[in-house]
Amino acid sequence: MTDILNAIVALSNFVLIPGAAYGAQLALGALGVTLIYGILRFSNFAHGDTMAFGTMATILVTWGLQSMGVSFGFLPTALIALPVGIAITGLLLLGTDRAVYRFYRKQKAAPVVLVIVSIGVMFVMNGLVRFIIGVGDVNFADGARFVINARQFREMTGLDEGLAIRSTTLITLITAAIAVALLFWFLNKTRTGKSMRAFSDNEDLALLSGINPERVVAVTWLIIAALATTAGVLYGLDKSFKAFTYFQLLLPIFAAAIVGGLGNPLGAIAGGFVIAFSEVLVTYAWKKVLEYLLPENLEPSSLVQLLSTDYKFAVSFAILIIVLLFKPTGLFKGQSV
Amino acid sequence: MAEPHLIGEAMTGGYGRGADILQGCTLSVDKGQIAVIVGPNGAGKSTAMKAVFGMLNLRSGSVRIGGEDITHLSPQDRVAKGMAFVPQTSNIFPSMTVEENLEMGAFLRRDDIRPTIEQVYDLFPILRDKRRQAAGELSGGQRQQVAVGRALMTQPSVLMLDEPTAGVSPIVMDELFDRIIEVARAGITILMVEQNARQALEIADKGYVLVQGCNAYTGTGAELMADDEVRRTFLGG
Repeated sequence: MTDILNAIVALSNFVLIPGAAYGAQLALGALGVTLIYGILRFSNFAHGDTMAFGTMATILVTWGLQSMGVSFGFLPTALIALPVGIAITGLLLLGTDRAVYRFYRKQKAAPVVLVIVSIGVMFVMNGLVRFIIGVGDVNFADGARFVINARQFREMTGLDEGLAIRSTTLITLITAAIAVALLFWFLNKTRTGKSMRAFSDNEDLALLSGINPERVVAVTWLIIAALATTAGVLYGLDKSFKAFTYFQLLLPIFAAAIVGGLGNPLGAIAGGFVIAFSEVLVTYAWKKVLEYLLPENLEPSSLVQLLSTDYKFAVSFAILIIVLLFKPTGLFKGQSV
Repeated sequence: MAEPHLIGEAMTGGYGRGADILQGCTLSVDKGQIAVIVGPNGAGKSTAMKAVFGMLNLRSGSVRIGGEDITHLSPQDRVAKGMAFVPQTSNIFPSMTVEENLEMGAFLRRDDIRPTIEQVYDLFPILRDKRRQAAGELSGGQRQQVAVGRALMTQPSVLMLDEPTAGVSPIVMDELFDRIIEVARAGITILMVEQNARQALEIADKGYVLVQGCNAYTGTGAELMADDEVRRTFLGG
């Protein structure tokens, strides 16, 4: 019995809890991608770097607050800086739209043209972030590190395995839940949110109904700024901030959005968790859990790790390909690519 | 006699820089009456209606509503002038509920839209039952009802329908025509393009037969139905 409990605790500690946090971060990222696809009608390759920019802006404000001696108790100071980071990112995105995307929108450019334009925007944002904050690792998490650490847990329960819940994990889950709830409330209950869905559903009819497309686009970019910055800051708090890592996040985020069904917000959330858990499950060394569960003579001698963590992106790729082959519109009904 | 409520006079024009599809075509409808445009494929029926709604540039001719010249207004501005248009296809917001579709129809209105929604539900009772359902999940006939309902939400004085009965069963078609008559009785001017020419002319106060972008025959629905030439050529005997 204790063996089973130990196995469950080990599994939660190394797979379920980190997977849930990572899934929430991917879900927020994928929501941004899916909203851009649904409303602005292109796949935004600059999304990873938008997240990097938002996180960078938040880090800079955090440093400013810290130097003034402001802190948020056991919560990270970055949470106070987050709204400012979102505002700065919102300005950048509105500026980018005004300077770049609007030109192509007026020409009614094909989606593939916009995709390539967004790759250009990606390189510019990428350079901007590296120029301002550098290419190195930045750790900006402060406040309490653990809600409960492994030793406390072992003492509390008397089990061999410890369960550590890091405060950033909990913050990630709570913040993501609030962000998602706000987004769905906005899209389903407010007049502006409904007009965005109408615009996504049927652009021509939305125009006939008197919905102002420029306003819809502007509001969409602001929401993207909020989602991307929040996702980036949560990821950075949980791990650390590095410009290159954020660029790499693009793949799992796109995989999540496509797996869930592009253009479908619910799908993006589901997709985020599917990708996150697959990645963690496949790259986890199962030896420990199996040792608790299997009789002694069946215990594995190897690590029972299906794939080295270096290959974790292969998991997103594989899932992406499977979904595109067998269910191109994603798990939830989205638009096919 | 007073000028008709809606008139598109001597309209000539086509899409973009292409050839003229309409060659001096004239359409007019009195207030609360139903005008139907029929004609062979490629006669410019839908084009004529789109011209009235401002979706293509007229090289010459004019469009007036209630005596006001609106020839140079965009479709959006014409909506504000009391025109409503139900396109033939993609005329609903499929992922939104029936009620949200109606709300979006009234997007420009800032006053209380509840009474208008109730009127639409009274006109199409089935929509009241389905108001929480995504419009894209409804049957073809019900979708058309949503589309007409959405257009009525602006409380228009003119309702334009582009083949409202395309792809629906004969029973549903009859029912839709009944509803359209009801809308006209409420004082709304109706201009519609129809493939089912015979049935449409039966309910029409005025019929236009277009051939190659010109008015070929004009008359009351009954007159056109009685005209041997029209019957033989366009109504299949």
